[in-house]
Amino acid sequence: MTGLGALARNSWRQLTSMRTALVLLFLLAVAAIPGSLLPQRGVNVERVAGYFAAHPDLAPVLDRLWAFDVFASPWFSAIYVLLFVSLAGCVVPRLRDHVRALRAVPPDAPRRLDRLPQHADGVVVAGGPDAVAAALRQRRWRVAVRGGTVAGEKGYLKETGNLLFHLALVGVLLGVALGSWYGWHANRLLVAGPDGTFCNTVQQYDDYGLGARVDPGELPRFCLELADFQASYLDSGQPVRYAATAVVSGFGPASVRHFSVNDPLRLPGASVYLLGHGYAPVLRYTDRAGRAQTTVAPFLPADASLTSEGVAAFPDANGGDRTAQVAFEGLYLPTVPDSPPFVRSAYPAERAPGLMLFPYRGDLGLDAGIPQSVYQLDRGQLAAGRLAQVGEPELLRVGGSMTLDDGTRVEFLGTRQWVTLSIRHDPGQPVVLASVALLLVGLMASLFGRRRRVWFRPVSGAGPAVFTAAGLPRSDYLGFTDEFSRLVAAVRTQRPAETRQLSQAQQRGPR
Amino acid sequence: MSMLSDQLLVVAILAYLVSMLCYAVEHAFGLRGAVARTATRELVGAGAGVEPAPATSPRGGATSPRGGVTSLRGMATSLRGATSWAGRAAVGATVFGVLAHLGCLVARGLAAHRMPWGNMYEFVLTVTFIGVVAWLVLAARRPAVRRLGLYVSLALVTLLGVAGLVLYTEVMPLVPALRSYWFVIHVSTAALASGIFLVGFVTAAMYLVRAGYEQGRVGFPYSLGHRLPTAGVLEPLTFRLHTLAFPIWTFAVAAGAVWAEAAWGRYWGWDPKETWAFISWVVYAGYLHARATPSVRRSTATWIAVLGWLTMLMNLFGVNLFFEGLHSYAGVD
Ligand code: HEM
Repeated sequence: MTGLGALARNSWRQLTSMRTALVLLFLLAVAAIPGSLLPQRGVNVERVAGYFAAHPDLAPVLDRLWAFDVFASPWFSAIYVLLFVSLAGCVVPRLRDHVRALRAVPPDAPRRLDRLPQHADGVVVAGGPDAVAAALRQRRWRVAVRGGTVAGEKGYLKETGNLLFHLALVGVLLGVALGSWYGWHANRLLVAGPDGTFCNTVQQYDDYGLGARVDPGELPRFCLELADFQASYLDSGQPVRYAATAVVSGFGPASVRHFSVNDPLRLPGASVYLLGHGYAPVLRYTDRAGRAQTTVAPFLPADASLTSEGVAAFPDANGGDRTAQVAFEGLYLPTVPDSPPFVRSAYPAERAPGLMLFPYRGDLGLDAGIPQSVYQLDRGQLAAGRLAQVGEPELLRVGGSMTLDDGTRVEFLGTRQWVTLSIRHDPGQPVVLASVALLLVGLMASLFGRRRRVWFRPVSGAGPAVFTAAGLPRSDYLGFTDEFSRLVAAVRTQRPAETRQLSQAQQRGPR
Repeated sequence: MSMLSDQLLVVAILAYLVSMLCYAVEHAFGLRGAVARTATRELVGAGAGVEPAPATSPRGGATSPRGGVTSLRGMATSLRGATSWAGRAAVGATVFGVLAHLGCLVARGLAAHRMPWGNMYEFVLTVTFIGVVAWLVLAARRPAVRRLGLYVSLALVTLLGVAGLVLYTEVMPLVPALRSYWFVIHVSTAALASGIFLVGFVTAAMYLVRAGYEQGRVGFPYSLGHRLPTAGVLEPLTFRLHTLAFPIWTFAVAAGAVWAEAAWGRYWGWDPKETWAFISWVVYAGYLHARATPSVRRSTATWIAVLGWLTMLMNLFGVNLFFEGLHSYAGVD
């Protein structure tokens, strides 16, 4: 029993030692490295999938080691949890000691003052100990006078700052935890126009992540329509400015709001961030029965000139015949180059838009219940020959049309803009921000503060007005020599009259 | 304007090269003169708190300050004429280089109509500029460390050379993601901290060399040690520089997080750049910690500071060039 107790006490002492803290800090830094070398699910899921495709043998092994979720892995968590336990074990006793030190009076002088780093003999102060104490107090030293010896201490702020810094670290961690429990985030692609309106429910997100304590039914209710999106570019094609305009409803009457990159839409309980944008060609297909359908198909940009790829599908065409569904693979060029090949856009804005369409007919494979990309045709159906290209691709200009081999027709009506939005809420954010502010204040107090002590002891046999002075910096402090000599000089010239007033004030005032 | 900026960069690099050569000459031929000069200045001046540089050999036993002044003075006068021009020319060339460097940045900013911090090339120009200014301030206040100039100039020429040859980017306006006042706050503080860390790295590395030399280790690089300020000067200086840079770095990272919240919707997302900023922060925190832990040797602690600079370099070059992330605006193909 006592053996166990001793073991526990020993382990605790080990864990809360500065050395252990150091090792844990080092481990934390090392543990973060794979998180930057390997793709991370939390950062970019597609690149993780790409890694799996490129390294089919290695990836599953790494995955079992949480290498694609480093910052959520048990081993990363273990390190920082241990670090924070160590921190608490270290800081709490120090906090107690510091509170005690704040209440205590500066300690007695050591016996041999001449052994201290700073030392001055024969300091004559006309006013005696009272004058010395007054001079020190004037300079904001904490002072104790015992039997003619004056002790002064200053720079408690250093330790206060240190404790504040370490406690603020705990605050940061709490804020992060709060955010991961009560925060949520979602992504959504939104096409401009009233028919694209999106409402804030999980059903309407493209993907989302809810904190452990978030009830999907309690997300703030609002709807968003992208009324307008403008992008401006330099002649080189480099984007300069994005501006989105949205109609927000759900918080009282509908309102028109503008937002952009770096300037999110702040709504009660959620913020909406502009992440990306692109074009959605609008196509009208007239089937064998002469029925026309229109679709707006967001295409994904493939390069900086917004060459975009996508698929426009018409699964209900031709009377619902599963073998005569129609789809078009498309390549959209906002600015078609002057001469072929017409495979890359020459400029990101729509200066000479053109849409290259590859017609397909057959079974699109949409009913199989397998989720599939809306930006690509089902490769399986193509391979099985259930879906096949019919006819050569054609480049259509806005308003142009193309006739398929069965006499049906597709028209390119134009494009609409779309944006990708991130909709988020993180209640931990203010906690983290406030903690970081305190952390910085504490850090500066700790790094620039200087704990130091001085003593003035009467020289025995020389009367109460002749002192030996000594000073002890308790932290690295190159300027202490200067400060000490200035202090001694100031004490020497302290006038007795001043002293009396001051010491009376001191006695009356709260200590 | 953009061309002027490019030409000024060449001028700055050449000036730093000249200063490097002058320092090298001073090192090679004027060692005792230079040491004696600084030592004299320190001992004669009020310069309290700075340990005087040793006269000739650090192992030659302690000279009492008073005796030191007279003997050193004699030596100083005999050697001064022969060597002082090199030291003075080195400082002059550095100052000239700083002016060209500043001109290069200003011209670049004027050409782009914005702060010259829009891509990696400009960022490296800024970091090195801050580094050299910090160095000059330091050298003015602590003559004893002036002999580190050779290594500071070496670091400058290397970094600027890499910037000019590898990272060079045409003047361009900012991409929308960078159009924010947080851009100015975040990038300027990051550059400021990096510049000070850079000087801190030089003093840290020189401390390690010198400490090895003082322990009697021979061979390269310890053989460089006898031309360096004492370990007792370099170590506290290294610490001071890091205590100055660390809060600025902390602020820069925090400002980056505030900006990231506005731009990308989250204040922290473990993007490679963020991850390496975190790693650097933890390593430098480790250095300060180690420095405050009595049982950790000073040289061990200083190694952590050197490691910290390596992680900063990794963030500056490695992440921009080899990783793909939200921060990929280096503009380098
Ligand atoms: C999250 C982990 C930690 C970080 C990032 C961290 C960081 C720092 C930094 C940057 C300093 C130097 C600035 C200052 O003096 O305030 C410092 C000082 C200090 N830390 Fe920590 N620390 C951590 C955990 C701990 C732990 C676990 C302990 C206890 C074992 C501890 C004890 C101390 C002490 C005693 C000092 C002051 C040293 C002095 O007297 O100057 N810290 N810490």
